[in-house]
Amino acid sequence: MSGANPVAGVVPVRLPPLGLTLAWAVVGLVLAWAVVPGLFAWQDPLQGIAGRQLEAPSLEHPLGTDGLGRDMLARVIHGARESLLGAFLAVSVGLVFGTTLGLLAGARGGIVDAAVMRLVDTLLAIPSLLLSLSVIILLGFGSINAAIAVGFVSVAHFARLSRSEVLRVRRAEYVEAAFGSGGRFLAVLWRHVLPNALTSVLALAALQFGSAILALSTLGFLGYGAPPPTPEWGLLIAEGRDFLATAWWLTCTPGVVVLAVVLSAERISRSLGARRT
Amino acid sequence: MSRHLAQRLGQSLLVLLAAFTVAFALLQALPGDAVLIKFLDSTMGLTADQIAELRIAYGADAPLWQQYLHTLGNFLSGEFGYSIRAGVPVARLLAENIPPTLLLASLAFGVASLLAILLAVLSQLGFGWVRGFARSMPPFFVAVPVFWLGIMLIQVFSFQLGLVSVIAPEPWEELILPVLTLAVPISAPLAQVLIRNIDTVLNEPFVAVARAKGATHAWVLWRHVARNALPSTLTMAGVLFGELLGGAVVTETVFGLSGLGGLTQQAVANQDVAVLQAIVVLSAVAFVAISLAVDLLLPLLDPRLAVRPAGAA
Repeated sequence: MSGANPVAGVVPVRLPPLGLTLAWAVVGLVLAWAVVPGLFAWQDPLQGIAGRQLEAPSLEHPLGTDGLGRDMLARVIHGARESLLGAFLAVSVGLVFGTTLGLLAGARGGIVDAAVMRLVDTLLAIPSLLLSLSVIILLGFGSINAAIAVGFVSVAHFARLSRSEVLRVRRAEYVEAAFGSGGRFLAVLWRHVLPNALTSVLALAALQFGSAILALSTLGFLGYGAPPPTPEWGLLIAEGRDFLATAWWLTCTPGVVVLAVVLSAERISRSLGARRT
Repeated sequence: MSRHLAQRLGQSLLVLLAAFTVAFALLQALPGDAVLIKFLDSTMGLTADQIAELRIAYGADAPLWQQYLHTLGNFLSGEFGYSIRAGVPVARLLAENIPPTLLLASLAFGVASLLAILLAVLSQLGFGWVRGFARSMPPFFVAVPVFWLGIMLIQVFSFQLGLVSVIAPEPWEELILPVLTLAVPISAPLAQVLIRNIDTVLNEPFVAVARAKGATHAWVLWRHVARNALPSTLTMAGVLFGELLGGAVVTETVFGLSGLGGLTQQAVANQDVAVLQAIVVLSAVAFVAISLAVDLLLPLLDPRLAVRPAGAA
């Protein structure tokens, strides 16, 4: 049938495996930047050189220098630690609280389930940026607070996914058999339900990691994240904005890095079999 | 049907009450209220007694549950309190700032829809590389930082090409780049749903039947694909609304436009709790209303989704 139909027979075009390899390479490189930034950047990200402000990219400064004469490449590379740590914290908050809520709701059912799901509905009803900003007003500005605010938003997504996974696995015969042969509730949850729900939760975690980096850079750009002179990607873009007419490369490169990392996270998440929620 | 409607309405109201409670818990239950933060400023030269009076006037001295009920009652009667910073009713600030944001958001939504349809059409063309390009665009659009995109557009169109003036622009000229900036991230989920839908519908048996009866490709696209794509695009309306609002906050900040976004940003910077609370609750109201409207509309558009009496399914 597919052969006779020119449109239906078309295999949907996917990025070649090359794309996935590239995605892992980008994530690996940025991870290395975060762990050993000194290996990639020889110059000081915080200490500027007097008289060398706003230089165009050159061999000595591959990405030029900023308004205080600081090497831009060093600032971008050192910025990886701030962004990745923040995103890691954010995803952990969402993963731990969201998955716990979802597991509880799915496994207990009844009133617990109803309460958790209404809470999830509520969190999803408030636009994510506004929800993050509310948490930030409560906690104050700063990189850790911004990360918690971003993580808070993803709790609802993790809760919904893990609940639906639990409901799916619970109906499986081996889980019924485990209960039937006298397994205690928590033990069965831990040994059978959790491992089976893990793949899709991991895929969501990868996706949320990318979104967290994007959200954190937005908060950093608005000035609610790490204070200057911390090299943070969003903040770098905000600082470079003042020199847009004369030194566009200052804003361009951090943005390209954020774009590459977020895109890679999405690609990896897709390869892990993300089910959109 | 009416029972379903009542159930759905009750659920929506419950979510709204919960959203209000979440906003209250996050914003108003915090230690050190906004009144203190503003009036403890020594340059104002207020005595402790005067501050105490002001706190009573703002209702900041009452127990938390009383404040909660009081604020809830006020919100229900359309009273959003006073902006501590600006000293004017929040309702007036909202009335001033909602129209420009609404204009920006609806223009951006229109452009985003066009962009999404364009990508969806391109994704069905015969040329391999065009198809691949159209299909790889949505993830790309999602990953672009909105604020960065705005800055880059200014750089390219205003500074490099000199097409859009940044100094004293016309009102319509001022909106071109913000609308484009906001449209890009909004078009991504739209395009994704459209493309996925077209792929699914084209593989449905009824399309094969239509083709066997001699339907042209254009007819199939219009009669079957477009009709099937609309309902599932509508289900994203609530989420898209949230994205539009969040995107507007960032876009208005980047382009220095006045509107709900600028108001939000200032409220956060100044810890102006009443303003942010009103914005959060109102956006939840809008989200819930949109979701409810879509839920009720869907069965009319797609008979397969109509609620069947028990036992008929």
